Amino acid sequence: MALLEVKDIQVYYGMIQALKGVSFEVNEGEVIALIGANGAGKTTTLHTVTGLLRSKSGQIMFDGQDITKIPPHKIVTMGMAHVPEGRRVFSNMTVLQNLKMGAFTRTDKDEIEDTIQKVYKRFPRLEERQGQTAGTLSGGEQQMLAMGRALMSKPRIILMDEPSMGLSPIFVNEIFDIIKEVSESGTTVLLVEQNAKKALSIADRAYVLETGKIILDGDADDLLNDESVQKAYLGE
Amino acid sequence: MSFLSYLISGISLGSVYAIIALGYTMVYGIAKMLNFAHGDVIMVGGFVTFTCVSGMGLPPVVAVLLAVIVCTALGMVIEGVAYRPLRNAASPLAVLITAIGVSYLLQNLALLIYGANTKSFTSVIKVPALKLAGGALVITGETLVTICSGILIMICLTLFIKKTKTGQAMLAVSEDKGAAQLMGINVNRTISITFAIGSALAAIAGVLLCSAYPSLTPYTGAMPGIKAFVAAVFGGIGSIPGAFIGGIFLGILEIFGKAYISSQMADAIVFAVLIVVLVVKPTGILGKNIQEKV
Repeated sequence: MALLEVKDIQVYYGMIQALKGVSFEVNEGEVIALIGANGAGKTTTLHTVTGLLRSKSGQIMFDGQDITKIPPHKIVTMGMAHVPEGRRVFSNMTVLQNLKMGAFTRTDKDEIEDTIQKVYKRFPRLEERQGQTAGTLSGGEQQMLAMGRALMSKPRIILMDEPSMGLSPIFVNEIFDIIKEVSESGTTVLLVEQNAKKALSIADRAYVLETGKIILDGDADDLLNDESVQKAYLGE
Repeated sequence: MSFLSYLISGISLGSVYAIIALGYTMVYGIAKMLNFAHGDVIMVGGFVTFTCVSGMGLPPVVAVLLAVIVCTALGMVIEGVAYRPLRNAASPLAVLITAIGVSYLLQNLALLIYGANTKSFTSVIKVPALKLAGGALVITGETLVTICSGILIMICLTLFIKKTKTGQAMLAVSEDKGAAQLMGINVNRTISITFAIGSALAAIAGVLLCSAYPSLTPYTGAMPGIKAFVAAVFGGIGSIPGAFIGGIFLGILEIFGKAYISSQMADAIVFAVLIVVLVVKPTGILGKNIQEKV
């Protein structure tokens, strides 16, 4: 059984249908990439999975439980973390306060400090800046903070929305290295990216989204070599 | 000596404004809305206390407690029924207009139940007056209790926000509702608690106000409500210490204006100062003006 199973979700913004029956699944331990052009429905898909948006029909199963109608704050408790597009760090709070916010649902107070140290180990830059207000960090550092904050809830699956957006090439590489590390340490990853090449290079499998529909899916390596994908998304 | 006595009255009136302004500013900071019915919750608090003491003969402490409970529940009901359904409305004006509607609803309900005649409110504060400097300076029990309540409430609120999980949730919701949800914070519940706290404070303010100025009408809350709103804007709306400082400042300004310039002009002076402050510093005294990095 897949860890996350999305079946035929349909999402509307008023009269406009943004998702026209999207289905996919993510198995435990996988890195899945969801690629597609601007406006294809990638972010909408993630928002629907975490409950920020509601699907008109279909079903979302997480770890065997139907989460289609569960509010977002409860889904977090079940072990799903979402790194939103544009990072959305709490800019008036310090780096450390942001990380503690990430552990909001946890009840094991004594072990939170332990997780903070683990996050600092993965992102040494965050430790250097732990007392700094998050709004004053650079874009790349904010992305690291958003990822670190999501890891604070000790999620089983982490959803990342455009983690490389607006970052310098050096930071882009660093962020993708970290995503790989996160996956290797046992967290399942669902990655939404416009940078299809990078995303496919670290993913196990991928789904291609176009105007609200999945038009292609398969092993990431196969998609990297697929002519239509290369033409449409890899700029080759 | 009269200067000192005016100053103390000013701080006392300012404490009432501060307690009301705290409610205004918390609701604005967290729900991003101006709850113009907040002032009328003060009036409800006053009438509940009045009914309990003068009508049913309950001891003042019980009356105050009941007023707080009724107003807390009222605040949560108002939020749940009138504001929550409009939270995602296309225009933020929708909820503002609703708040004005709720304000009139409360005033007219009070009018229906109690009539338009001014009720004389019996002070519930039984603290003896403090006589200083051989009787030249008298501080009434109401003044003492009001100032102490203001300080105590400010301290408790600050600790609550710093130390409790709900307080932290409030901070997160005030910055970014969506991101707060993704942290596992129940945004609806957090906003509901904010209204509960704000309304409880309004009830206390109502009791203190009516004890110091012992008359009660269905419109009693309107003017203090507006002035507390001014105080909140003045201090920097959304800022808790700002609301407190703004309230105290406004109270002193009003009393001094009445004492030294003209009792009819006092309100005009208060609002004129607000305009000057906003021209010079649009975010208020302690308002946040952080340039966000993109």
